[in-house]
Amino acid sequence: MSGEYLIKGARVLGGEPADILLRDGVIAAVGPDAAAPGAQVVDADGLIALPGLVDLHTHLREPGREDAETVESGTAAAALGGFTAVHAMANTSPVADTAGVVEQVWRLGREAGHCDVQPVGAVTTGLGGTHLAELGAMADSAARVRVFSDDGRCVSDAVLMRRALEYVKAFDGVIAQHAQEPRLTEGAQMNEGDVSGRLGLTGWPAVAEEAIIARDCLLAAHVGSRLHVCHVSTAGSVEILRWAKSKGWNVTAEVTPHHLLLTDELVEHSPVGAYNPIYKVNPPLRTREDVEALRAALADGTIDCVATDHAPHPAEDKETEWDAAAMGMIGLETALSVVQRAMVDTGLLDWAGVADRMSVRPAAIGRLAGHGRPVKPGEVANITLYDPSVNRLVEPSGFASRSRNTPYIGMALPGRVVATFLRGRPTVLEGKLQ
Amino acid sequence: MKRHLISAADLTKDDALLILDTAEELARVSERSVKKLPTLRGRTVVNLFFEDSTRTRISFEAAAKRLSADVINFSAKGSSVSKGESLKDTALTLEAMGADAVVIRHRASGAPHRLASWVRGSVLNAGDGTHEHPTQALLDAFTMRRRLGGLDGRRVAIVGDVLHSRVARSNVLLLNTLGAEVTLVAPPTLLPVSVETWPCAVSYDLDAVLPKSDAVMMLRVQRERMNAAYFPSAREYSRRYGLDAHRLARMPEDAVVMHPGPMNRGMEIAAEVADSARSTVVEQVANGVTIRMAVLYLLLGGATFEGGTR
Amino acid sequence: MADAVPHAHDRARDRDPSAAPDGARGGRDRSHSPSASSGPSSQAPSQPRAVLEGPDINRALIRIAHEILERTKGAEDVVLLGIPTRGVQLAARLARHIEQFEGARVPHGSLDVTMYRDDLRLRPARALGATRLPPDGIDDRIVVLVDDVLYSGRTVRAALDALNDLGRPRAVQLAALVDRGHRELPIRADYVGKNLPTAKSETVKVYLDEVDDRDAVVLIKKERP
Repeated sequence: MSGEYLIKGARVLGGEPADILLRDGVIAAVGPDAAAPGAQVVDADGLIALPGLVDLHTHLREPGREDAETVESGTAAAALGGFTAVHAMANTSPVADTAGVVEQVWRLGREAGHCDVQPVGAVTTGLGGTHLAELGAMADSAARVRVFSDDGRCVSDAVLMRRALEYVKAFDGVIAQHAQEPRLTEGAQMNEGDVSGRLGLTGWPAVAEEAIIARDCLLAAHVGSRLHVCHVSTAGSVEILRWAKSKGWNVTAEVTPHHLLLTDELVEHSPVGAYNPIYKVNPPLRTREDVEALRAALADGTIDCVATDHAPHPAEDKETEWDAAAMGMIGLETALSVVQRAMVDTGLLDWAGVADRMSVRPAAIGRLAGHGRPVKPGEVANITLYDPSVNRLVEPSGFASRSRNTPYIGMALPGRVVATFLRGRPTVLEGKLQ
Repeated sequence: MKRHLISAADLTKDDALLILDTAEELARVSERSVKKLPTLRGRTVVNLFFEDSTRTRISFEAAAKRLSADVINFSAKGSSVSKGESLKDTALTLEAMGADAVVIRHRASGAPHRLASWVRGSVLNAGDGTHEHPTQALLDAFTMRRRLGGLDGRRVAIVGDVLHSRVARSNVLLLNTLGAEVTLVAPPTLLPVSVETWPCAVSYDLDAVLPKSDAVMMLRVQRERMNAAYFPSAREYSRRYGLDAHRLARMPEDAVVMHPGPMNRGMEIAAEVADSARSTVVEQVANGVTIRMAVLYLLLGGATFEGGTR
Repeated sequence: MADAVPHAHDRARDRDPSAAPDGARGGRDRSHSPSASSGPSSQAPSQPRAVLEGPDINRALIRIAHEILERTKGAEDVVLLGIPTRGVQLAARLARHIEQFEGARVPHGSLDVTMYRDDLRLRPARALGATRLPPDGIDDRIVVLVDDVLYSGRTVRAALDALNDLGRPRAVQLAALVDRGHRELPIRADYVGKNLPTAKSETVKVYLDEVDDRDAVVLIKKERP
C-alpha cells in the first residue's frame, strides 16, 4: 500500500549523509544502494534522520474532554512533533480501567492514522487508589496494554502498589508511577522553595516525590518487578534512581522537556506576567539545580527517556487566578526542539543519544514492537526527519493541538520536524500534516 | 510610583515616604467638618471584594469618597461573581464600565497580577491569598512612625502565623525598605521553608525578642491550624507565643503593640493587652482610611499612566 | 506695560509660575517691556535676570504690611495664609513686620492648594504641602492669602475652594510679591509687591533667604523653539 520514498542526504542519527529508501512499509536500503527511479524523492540535505519518536506519556483527553483534545487532534500534533507512537494516559472520562475503554482509544488511534496510539491502563478502578483495575483484561484486549498508570494521581497505598507491581509480572507489564505523596502535597500549587515563600503559594516539596520513588524502587526490588517512574523532576529523585540502578534493579524513568528547560522563577518573573498559570504543572517546575541534575541524568542514562506529558487544557482553565487553574502543558509539537536546546546545543547529548532517549528506550519500556528500531534495511520504516538549523518563534495558533497552553509562547526555539514516516507512509511532509 | 500597588516591593523608599508624608497631610482632612476633597472627582474606583471583609472595604470606600471619586462595590455574595463568573469576565465588565482603579481582595495569591493584565486602570491589592496586603503595611508603618517618632533603625517584632500571613510578607518588605529591623517570631511550623532568604531575623523565642522591640505586631492565628498539626493546641500556642499582660510588662516602656485585626482575643493577644494604652489597634483603623486616601491620590490624582510607570 | 508681541506657547507649561527655570539658551531678547528694568542691561538675553534683589524685596513687603494695616484698620481679625512653598515664608515675614509696626500679633499659617488644582491631570500626582491653620481658625476672619507670584490666577481660585471647605471667612484678600500678568480668571491682587509685565514664554522665579539662602526675583527668558 505504501509508495516508494527516497530520502536523500539525511544524516542518520547525526552521522554522515546517506540516502534511505522506503518501500512497502520497511526500510529497503540505506546508503549507496538506495536508489529507485520511480520513488518520490524527499530532499533531506542538512536534516537529521531519527527513528520515529515514541512518547511514553501523552494525554489525548478522549473520551471525556474533547474540548481540550481528541485522539485525532492529539495524534496530529504528535506526528507534527515527529512521533510515530504515543502512549495515551488513562485519566480520561470514563477512566481507561477496562478493556472496553482502552480498545476504544486504540481504535480511534487507528482511524485517525497519524501515529500509533498505545493506550495506558489505569492501575486502580476509577483512579481511586483502592482497588486494582482489571489489568489482565486490558493486557489481553486488542489494545494489548503493557503500561499501567494512575497518572494524575499517585498510587500511594504501599500495599496496593506492591500488589500491582507483582500482578503485572504475569504479562510483562510495568507500573508507571506518578510519584506524589498526597498528604505532603495537599493544596500544593508550585515547587516549595524561595519563590513559593515570597509568592504565598502552597508549596509542593521535593521530598513528596523522592519519598515515593525510594519506596517504590525498594518494593519493585523486593517483588522482582519492573518499575517506571513518570516525569522525574528533582535532583534528589535522580540520586535515588542512580542508587537503585546501581543495585541492578529494573527501574526506568522519564523526564519531560519542560523540566529540562524551565524553572519556578518563571512564576515570579516571566514575559507573560507573574502568577501566570501557563507555568502551572504537576510535578511543578523546580530550581536551576534540579534542571542541571535532570540534564546530567538524561545524558548519562540514569533517566532513560524523554516523555512529553502533553497535557492539553482549554483557555478558560488557564486564564484564571493561579489557584483555580488546571495543571499541565502541551508539549508534543515542541518536544524535539526543547530537547535540542537543552541537551544537544549544550553538548550533553548527541543525535544518536536523542534517538536512544526519545525512540529506542521508550519503545523498549512500552514493549512496542516496530518502534525504536535501528535505521537499517529490513526494519519498519518509522522515521523522523528534523532540521536543527532553523530558529522559530513559538506561535501556538499554528499548532494542531486543540489547546494552546504552551509555556514556550513567544520564545524562539531551535529546529523543526520536516517529515514523519509511519510504516513507510508520510504523516508529515515539509512540516505539514498529510 | 508604578501604575499598580500590588506588592510592598513595588515601592521604593522615596515612594513609601511620599505616601506616608501625604497621609500626614490628609490626616488633617479627617479632622475637619468638611472631610471631602475634590481631587478625584470624575474618577471611578471599583471595590472588587471576592472575600468578605466589610472593614477593609468600608475603609477603601471612605477613602475614595473623601476624594470625591465615584465608588462601585462588587462583593462576592449575591453577584455574578459568586455564580462562578470568572475573574477574567469580571475584569472585562469593569473595563467596560471604565474603572480608573480596581481595589481587589481575593483568596487566591496572585489574583491582582492576573487582573492587572486584563484592565487598563490601576490595580490596588487589598489582600490576595497569603501573598500581600500592601496598604495594611503602609498604615502599620504610618502608625509606628507617629507613635515612635520615626522608623529608621527601629526594631519591630512580628509574631504569629507568618506562613499564612499576607500582612507579615508586606510588612517585612516595607519595613526593610524604610530602614527598620524586623524579627519574625513563630513556631517553626508557621514559618516558610525559605524564610532565611527574607530581609529579616527569625526567632522561635518570644520572650527573648520582646525586651528588645520598639513595636510588636501580633498576627491573627486561627485555632483550626492545630487540626493540621501546625501546633498541638490553642493552649500551648498562646502559652508560648501569646502576648499577655506579663509579657507586655517586660517590653520597653514606650514600645507599642499592634494588630491588623480581626483579633483572636485569648489566643495570640490577651484582652487586657489589646485594650491597653500601648495598643494601637484603634488608631490603625483610622489610619487605614488616611493611608488609602494617600495611595488613591498618588495613583489617580495626577496624569494617568501610559502602560507602565510614569 | 503689556508685552506687545503675541507668542505661540505651551499653555500647560506656563501655568505653573514656580516651575524650574529652563537652562540658558542663546537667542533674541523677546521682552519688549520697558519696565522690566532692574539689573544690568548688558546681560545676554537668555540669562536669568534679577528684577528684584535683596533689600528690594523687604522694602516691598514692608510696604504691603503697611497697606494691610491701613486697609484692615489695624489688622484686627486678620489671618495671613501663605500658599506653599514660598508664600508661607512671605506670610511669616509680613506677620513679623506687622507685629513690629503695631505690636499686633497677626496669626499666620499655610494653605496647600494641591488637592484643589484644576491642572492635576497634566502631571504625575505631586507631593502635598503643609496646611496649618492658626488655632482660632478662619471663621469670620479676614483671610489674606499670600503667594509669591500671581500669574493665571488658578492657584488663587484653588485656594478659594480650599478655604470654602475649611470655614467661612468674613472676607478674603490677596497679597502677591510679584504680579506678572496674563490672568485667565477674574482675579486680582489687593496688595502687590511689584508689577512685572512678562511674556508667557518667560519664567519668573522667586528666591527667599529662608529657603534659598538669598532674596531675589529672577526673570528667565526662553528661546522660541
